[in-house]
Amino acid sequence: MFNIPSQASYAMLAVLGLLVIASGILVALQWRRPNTDYTELRQRTLSWWWMIAIIFSVLILGQNIAIIFFGFLSFLALKEFLSIVPTRHCDRRVIFWAYLSIPLQYYWVSMGWYGMFIIFIPVYIFLLLPMRMVLLGEVKGFIHSAGILHWATMLTVFCISHIAYLLVLPVQNPAAGFIGPVLFLLFMTQFNDVCQYFWGKLLGKRKIIPKVSPNKTWEGFIGGLLTVTLCSALLAPLLTPLSIGEGMIAGALISASGFIGDVVISSVKRDLEIKDCGNLIPGHGGILDRMDSLIYTAPLFFHFLYYSHY
Amino acid sequence: MLINRIIKILFFALLVKPVVLILLGLNVRGRPNLPDKGPAILVANHNSHLDTLVLMSLYPLSQIHRIRPVAAADYFLQKGGFLAWLALTCIGIIPMDRSGSADRDSLFKGCHEALDNDQILILFPEGSRGQPEQMSKIKKGVFYVLKERPDTKVIPVMLHGLGRALPRNEALFVPFNCDVIIGEEIPMTEKSPAFVAAIAAAFEQLSEYCITQNQL
Repeated sequence: MFNIPSQASYAMLAVLGLLVIASGILVALQWRRPNTDYTELRQRTLSWWWMIAIIFSVLILGQNIAIIFFGFLSFLALKEFLSIVPTRHCDRRVIFWAYLSIPLQYYWVSMGWYGMFIIFIPVYIFLLLPMRMVLLGEVKGFIHSAGILHWATMLTVFCISHIAYLLVLPVQNPAAGFIGPVLFLLFMTQFNDVCQYFWGKLLGKRKIIPKVSPNKTWEGFIGGLLTVTLCSALLAPLLTPLSIGEGMIAGALISASGFIGDVVISSVKRDLEIKDCGNLIPGHGGILDRMDSLIYTAPLFFHFLYYSHY
Repeated sequence: MLINRIIKILFFALLVKPVVLILLGLNVRGRPNLPDKGPAILVANHNSHLDTLVLMSLYPLSQIHRIRPVAAADYFLQKGGFLAWLALTCIGIIPMDRSGSADRDSLFKGCHEALDNDQILILFPEGSRGQPEQMSKIKKGVFYVLKERPDTKVIPVMLHGLGRALPRNEALFVPFNCDVIIGEEIPMTEKSPAFVAAIAAAFEQLSEYCITQNQL
């Protein structure tokens, strides 16, 4: 009925397998140390089940449902971003227009209009928002608000919509189908977060940017980079049109840019003196806390794939 | 009044909860402090019509009929018609006469009846929606209600960000996440000024947990 290409379905099964193993380890941990409080870890794992169930479901239901879903994620992310950063009260009217960019941007995606998709936010919305702001007639704080609004729409609408555009690229690897590249991007980005954390815990000594993120170390970064590059070389030919060599480049790109996305959103939170951007996802924080790396990896992976194969 | 209860449940299930959860989005803190049964009073700061709906939506549909916002009779009921029907049937307000002509006993009669039935009141001690995200002077009403019913729990709730989503005198709704910070019970005091001060202090303390911002 749903006709999922074989390699995409194996990949999904593998992810579910990893999740079962992780949940099993958690249960075993709690059983061996009944007095330790694992509430947050349990919440995190349970949220992973939900997130993966939702994403796999929408991917299985087809391109259009998945595009609407990623549009909805953009909406949640934009709303969260504009809620935590300071804006002027009168900006709410401009913010209303910023929201309207989401259905249009994802409409261009659904019709596969690459030319419009790629310039709509950086050209048209970029020029439109200050114009709408002028009509408000309030010039105090104009530059600040214009900057915030542009950055917000670029991060949460433009960058995230690249995930959706992966779904409408002509399929070049029939065994992976349109789901393959998206799965690859999502999995590699999250796997990179896990690897950098793991290597950092295991070997971490030299801090990279102690002011922003005291737990990030060179050991974690390089360990993650090597692991993800290697795994990517193996997985890319299965899930994407990329070759083994190109898969290595894609892996290194995802690892490095994922790190940057993470620390960019961390810097935003540090500046605002908050710990999480929201509490939509129990154990994880807000939607931006979960999608921080993805905001950077999605457009960079997309354009690498697009440049090398389309 | 089964039919009214069904209307209220449908109103919240089909309209209020989807709007609050999807178009708004809540950062709820201190949910364990939320009283699950009455007699109790939630005192909250007031910036938007959404305040009441957000507070009520914290409760499951099966409990919605027991949550009773205290609202201005002159604003909601005077003109009658749709607004009055909405306020009385869909939301189930307890009307409050703000004209100053009623004596204290009849003024709080509705509140006492509701508390006698173990219901949970929502009360905005500022009396009216103020400027966005600014506290107005707190009134003493809660103190007088509590004096008659010392077993009532008073729980402070700080709302932040709703004055931006739908401010006073604006028709355009703009989606924003908002903070809902639920504090610990405020103990009764002997005199009203101390109680008002305790409420103000609770709001002040809870506002530190807000993560949404709108000041530039």
